[in-house]
Parts: sequence; structure tokens; C-alpha cells
Amino acid sequence: MDVSQYLDIFLDESKEHLQNLNTSVLNLEQDPENPDTISEIFRAAHTLKGMAGTMGYKRMQTLTHDMENVFSEVREGKLKVNAAMVDVLFRCLDAIEEYVTTIQETSDEGDNDNEPIIKELNAILENKGAAPAAEESAGKETASAASGAAADQGASAAGGAWDSIELNEEEQKALEDAMMANKKLFGLTVYVQENCLLKAARAFLVFKAIEESGEIIATSPSTQDIEDEKFELEFSLIVSTEGELDTILEAVKSVSEIADVKGAPFTGEAASAAAAEAPQEKAGAAETEKAAAKKTADTTAVAPVKQEVAKRPEKKADKRQQEKAVPAKADKKPAGKPAVNRTVRVDIEKLDSLMNLVSELIIAKNSLVSTATSNAATTGSGLNEQIEYLESVTTNLHESVMKVRMVPIESVVSKFPRMIRDISKQLNKPMELHMTGEETELDRTVVDEIGDPLMHMLRNSADHGLEMPEERIARGKPETGSIFLDAYQDGNNVVIEVRDDGNGIDTEAVRRKAIERGVMTEEQAYAADDSEIINLLFMPSFSTAKQVSDLSGRGVGLDVVKSKIEALSGEVDVKTKLGEGTTFTIRLPLTLAIIQALMVVVGGEKYAIALSGIQTIENVNPKDVKTVESKEVINLRGTVIPLLRMDYILETESKRNPGDDMVVVIAKKGDKLAGLVVDELIGQQEIVIKSMGKYINKCKFISGATILGDGEVALIIDSNALI
Amino acid sequence: MANELSTNVNEIVQYIVIRIGDEQYGIDIKYIDNIVRMQQITRVPQVPGYFKGVINLRGEVLPVLSLRVKMGLNQDEITKDTRIIIIKMDQHEPIGVMVDSVKEVVNLSSAEIERVGFESREDRGAYAMGIGKHEDGLITLLDMDLVLQGL
Repeated sequence: MDVSQYLDIFLDESKEHLQNLNTSVLNLEQDPENPDTISEIFRAAHTLKGMAGTMGYKRMQTLTHDMENVFSEVREGKLKVNAAMVDVLFRCLDAIEEYVTTIQETSDEGDNDNEPIIKELNAILENKGAAPAAEESAGKETASAASGAAADQGASAAGGAWDSIELNEEEQKALEDAMMANKKLFGLTVYVQENCLLKAARAFLVFKAIEESGEIIATSPSTQDIEDEKFELEFSLIVSTEGELDTILEAVKSVSEIADVKGAPFTGEAASAAAAEAPQEKAGAAETEKAAAKKTADTTAVAPVKQEVAKRPEKKADKRQQEKAVPAKADKKPAGKPAVNRTVRVDIEKLDSLMNLVSELIIAKNSLVSTATSNAATTGSGLNEQIEYLESVTTNLHESVMKVRMVPIESVVSKFPRMIRDISKQLNKPMELHMTGEETELDRTVVDEIGDPLMHMLRNSADHGLEMPEERIARGKPETGSIFLDAYQDGNNVVIEVRDDGNGIDTEAVRRKAIERGVMTEEQAYAADDSEIINLLFMPSFSTAKQVSDLSGRGVGLDVVKSKIEALSGEVDVKTKLGEGTTFTIRLPLTLAIIQALMVVVGGEKYAIALSGIQTIENVNPKDVKTVESKEVINLRGTVIPLLRMDYILETESKRNPGDDMVVVIAKKGDKLAGLVVDELIGQQEIVIKSMGKYINKCKFISGATILGDGEVALIIDSNALI
Repeated sequence: MANELSTNVNEIVQYIVIRIGDEQYGIDIKYIDNIVRMQQITRVPQVPGYFKGVINLRGEVLPVLSLRVKMGLNQDEITKDTRIIIIKMDQHEPIGVMVDSVKEVVNLSSAEIERVGFESREDRGAYAMGIGKHEDGLITLLDMDLVLQGL
């Protein structure tokens, strides 16, 4: 066995813990005294350290260790949280994140020692006097004082599952060898958490942790059985070591998802065989007791950790439920070659329902077969019935598969509070981020892509949108600016709104800029209404920020946002009021893979148009077509709508008699309408979108292809690109 | 690629021999995923003329390239011998290549191949990486990487 197979777990968990730490430290900044937050942080830091150590990432371990020391002091009330410290902690978290990213890409932690951060962490510790080393030795003293009397008790408490381990010859020999070598022998029983997913993996990590300081002589059940996960929630081992029991216990506890570990000197037959070992063992017992004494002495120390660990499963379970099938954190770097595959954690229930549907599908298929082979005369109605049944099964199947692909946007938005905090510090602008609807679910592919555009928009709001505090006070606004990120589902779409209560967009400034840049003539600029002017902001390299800052204002941003959102078949919309704020609204389809479409015929060829972009379908008499500015338009109930001859656009020839009424599909994009002239309508159909590959994607208004029931390929017309 | 030819003197490479017009061409068999009969091709508007459109290959949509048009010859005449060769190369997306017919598979050793220098590459020879001599005929060996580059 080698550790690499646990890399996935390690990465997933590290990211989870890092996110947890980020959120907690953020909370800590707001509420520096909150004991719950502090222990939460300590726990996460401790686990992170243990995991890094077990996986052999020494640099990451060193850094997390120093960070844990700081948290440990904070928890014991020896250090007060202050702004400077939080800053260092955040930098430290960033550094750890860097390690994790490097590990993900290369399976190696890289060679950045992050010494400056380690120095700063140590400086924090030294400044406050009580160095952790001093604390530790103090603990030891009290413990050893108490040890004498407690030793017997310790010994009697010892003896447990490990005593019943049956040793084979080899193990017996190893045991004797260890005794000859004057090594200490301990029995351990490790309890795995109930909701542990990969018990064998955990057990392996435990073995590895132990082997750092000692040797495993025997296990119960056998090592092979443990590797095969043939054990309940606990397993026992006999360990020989030159070190202390404490060290081993700590090492084992640092493995995550281990609920508890009990340990005591190993006695049993071995004890009688080697009486000389007795004093040694007693010393060992003292060690155990020492640990116990330490537990009772520092009320907040090790003992609570245990309770907390026990508490964790519920909490974790809750979270899991909330996150449903979330892979802890969406990996943000598809570039390069990640060392692990992208995965979606799937709820068993969702899989069960999929399984059920597939079995129904098989039943439906069988019924169809039997209907087809039975007497032909009576098959008409029976066949229809079967087809209806098949239809309902496939619709449900589609929905279930969709749900498996859905993940909450929480995985991407949870990093934003931290980002806003950093921006706030950097710009010296007090601001707050309020988020709602983090549980809103979107297709995994969309969630992965949405992070960057959202980040751009938030930065934009923070940098350009919000005014400096003096200005805000002068305007009678609260000094602290607010940015809102709201997500909610609206029909077949998910809407994400980024709103700020800042200055709003100065359309006059944009107008002047447009003229200055030669994008528009003066006349055009003043003839254009505000929404057209605002749309200019989405053009490449058009930034109104007077000063180019580190954050935004380099002209990359909104145009990138727009193209990214549109690539996801979404829309961006801006509403703004000068002096009151700006709202960016992103509208995204729930899923990309399957859509409802209207099938049409143009020049004898079949095409699909997404139903979501269609407003109505009209029959228009060719005589009602007017020409305005040499463009064909129709007047539909008072609205003038430009006509697009699809046969011309698609480079084919209409097979319809020019004198007949035209079939016009009225497509809608935002406030704009256009009439697509087609030959014939086939009807509404659910279609699966297939990519056409890179060679042929230069045609802008063809967004993909789909395969029809008869195996023929039909192209999908993107009506948005035509308008 | 061209330099693969010079690596080993006795290396034997299998080529699929195809016919375009009156000429024989060879495609390295390792790039060929499948050969399918002519089937319904869906035309795609506003793409270069050498793209015939897209086909449905077992549920995947694949573009189809006309080797004739790409080499500057006149449009394909679809016959019962017309085949679409599905090419899969690591550095390119899968694509179907339409040819007049598929003849046979030949083994060519390096000794039977004459390399073509850049200077002699012109017109239909533009995608050649060598000329193979097989029995009585000559086979122009196609550098598929060069064919698919810049599509």
C-alpha cells in the first residue's frame, strides 16, 4: 500500500478544513472571544497538521503545526486575538492552500518553506511570553507528580481488546525480540467514527502514524482483514516502541475520522514471560496516567477534543446533508494536469432512485418487445400505452440524472466573504458581504465556471461601486458599504444577483468616455438611452475607473464576465441608479445538457431552437412585411419586429411558396425581439445537446447539435446570437 | 510526423490505402479509429467548403472533412464505395475524413518509403510525408497532423 491512493481523501478534506478555517477566522475577527469558534479553529488546524504529517508533507505539517500552536495559546486564553494576528493567520491559510493546490497538481508539496510566515507566527507566540514549550513541560511536571499513586489504577485500567489478540509464531517472535531489545510494549484499541467512509484507509493512516514512532507487532483483526475493511468500528493492535505511549496516542488521534483511541502497556502472557519488563511497564502506565492527568488539568485541553470529536459526526452529517452531493470544494484549476480526477459525491438515495428507474426501463423495454411480438392486430393501443410508460420513465430518469449532477453554489461562494474582507483591508474601505441562497443548486459544470465571473463582479462592486467612507457619510449612507450576493431559482433558471449600495454607474461619465474613445460619436452617445450606454461597459477594454487599481479597472473584467456567462448560455443584466447602487443580475439555465426545443424545417433541413428563447409563433402574410432602412420588419400588435430570413442565414433555399403565409418564430433576448422566418414547424421536443467539436464551432449562431430519434443530426440555432 | 520515418531503418508501418480520384494515398493505421460507410451528413452553414457537415457516430456528433476539397480537387461524387474514415489523433479532436474508396491495408518498411522534402510539396502533395512503393503502384503517404492542422 502506498499513500497516493488516499490523496483524494486528503485533498478533499484539506480543502474542507481550509474553507472551514477561513470562515472561522473571519468569524473570529468579528467576535474574538467566542470559545466555540476558537475550538473549531483549533480542531481544524490540528486535523490538518495530522493529515499533512501522515501523508508525508513535511513543509505543510511544519506550517500547520506553528499555526496550531498559536490557536492553542488563544484557546487557553494566553493570547488575545487582534487584527495583526488575523492577518498573519490569513496569510498562513493562503500558504497552506498553495501547498494543497501544488499537491493536487503535482502530488508534491513543492519547496516553498514559507519561512516569513512561520517567523511571524512564532513572533506572535514569543511576544506573549508563554511559549508552548514551557506550557508543555509544566503539564508534564504536574502529571508526573500525580503519576505515582495513579499508576496502579492505570495498570488496572489497562488490559482490553488487545489482550485477546492471538499471536502466531512470527508475531510471538517479534514480540519477544522487542522485549529483548528493551522496547516498551503497548496495546491500543482504535475506534473509528461511525460515519467513516473508508475505514480501511483510516486504519492504514493509523498504521502509518504509529510506524513513525514504533512498530506494529500484531493486530486484531488481522492486517489483511483490516485492509479489506473486514472490521466493525474498532480494531486493536500491539505496538513496540522506544518512545512514549502519549506520542503514539496523539499520532493516532491526529488521523481524522478516528473517534477515539485507548492505549495501555501490553501485559497478558508477555508480562509473565518477562518479569524484567515490569518496571518498564509501570513507567508506561505512568505515561498513560500522565495523559489522563493532563486531560483533567487543562480543562480545555485534550479531553474536550474527544468530546468534540464525538460531536463532530452529527455536525458533519448535517453539513453533508446540506451539501448533498458536493465535492468539498470545486477545484478551481482545470488547467495543467491535476493529480486527481474531478468527482461528484453522490447521495446513495439519488443512486437508488436511478437504479429503480433503470429497472423500470428494462421492464418497459420487455413489455414493448412482448407487445411487438404478440398478435399484430391488437397491438395499436397496447403499443401506445407502452410508449407512454416508457416516456414517463425516461423523463423521470432524466430528472434523476440531472439531480446527481446538481451541486449547491455554496462550494464557490463560500470563499467570497474572505475575499471581501481582504479587499476591505487593502482599500481601507469598510464593507460587508451579505449572502443568501448559497444552497441553490446548479449543474456541476456551471458551478465550476461561475466562480470567476462572480469574483470579478464582486471586486467590481467593492472597488468601483462602493464609495470611500467619507463620501458615504457625506451622502447620509452608513459608513460601511454593503454588497449583497443573492441566489435563487426562478423556473428553469437560477438567478444570481450581485448588488451594492454604492455610487451606481455614472452614465454621463460612460458617455464621455465612449466619445473620447471613439466608440460612439457625440450624436450617437446622446441619442443612446442609458441601458445602451451601460451595455458599453461589457465591451472589451472599456473601463471607467479613473485610476487603475490592483483590483480592477484594467479593462478586463466585465467583458470577460459577459462572455463567460454567455458561454454558459446565461445572460447578464445591469440595473443602476446614480448615487444609490448597482445590481448585476445573472440568469443561468439549470442545466446545459438537455433542453426543450422547438423543431423547425428550413429548406428541407431540420433545426432546433431552444424554447426558452422563443416568445410566440406567428403566421404572417407576406404583404404585411414592411421595409425600414432596407431591413424587413413586421408590425406585430403595435411592436415593430425585424425579420430574419433563416433560409438566407443558413445558406439554403426556402421550399415554401413565396405567396403563402410565413411561419415566424418570435425570439426574445432581454427586451429585444426578432422574427425568425422558417418553412415549417415540427413541434416541441426534448433534445440532448451535443458539442460539435472545435473544428466547426466558428459558426456563431449554431450552438451545438442534437441527435434525433431516427439517428439524424439536427443543428441547434442559438436565437440569442442572431438578435 | 515526418521524422518518425527516419527513426528505424527496418521499421514496418501499416497503412490503409485509400483512393481519391486516380491516386492512391496511405494513412497510418494507428490514427484510424473506424471506417464507416457513407451516411446522412447534416450540412453546417458558414463553414469552409471542405467541411461536408456533421454525422452521428454512435451517439457522438463528428465533423466530416472532404479530403478531395481540402486538396483542392473538385467536389466529391458520392458512390457506393465512398467511405468516411474516423481519425483519432492525440493532438486533434476526432474527425471523419471522406474518401472515394478504401482499398487495402499494406505493410511498408522504411526501405520502401521515399521521403518527400519540403521543397517538392505542392498541390496534392502538400500533405505528403513520403511516397511508398508497393507492388506496382505508388502510394502518397499522408501526414495527417499536417492535414488537420489549422482546420
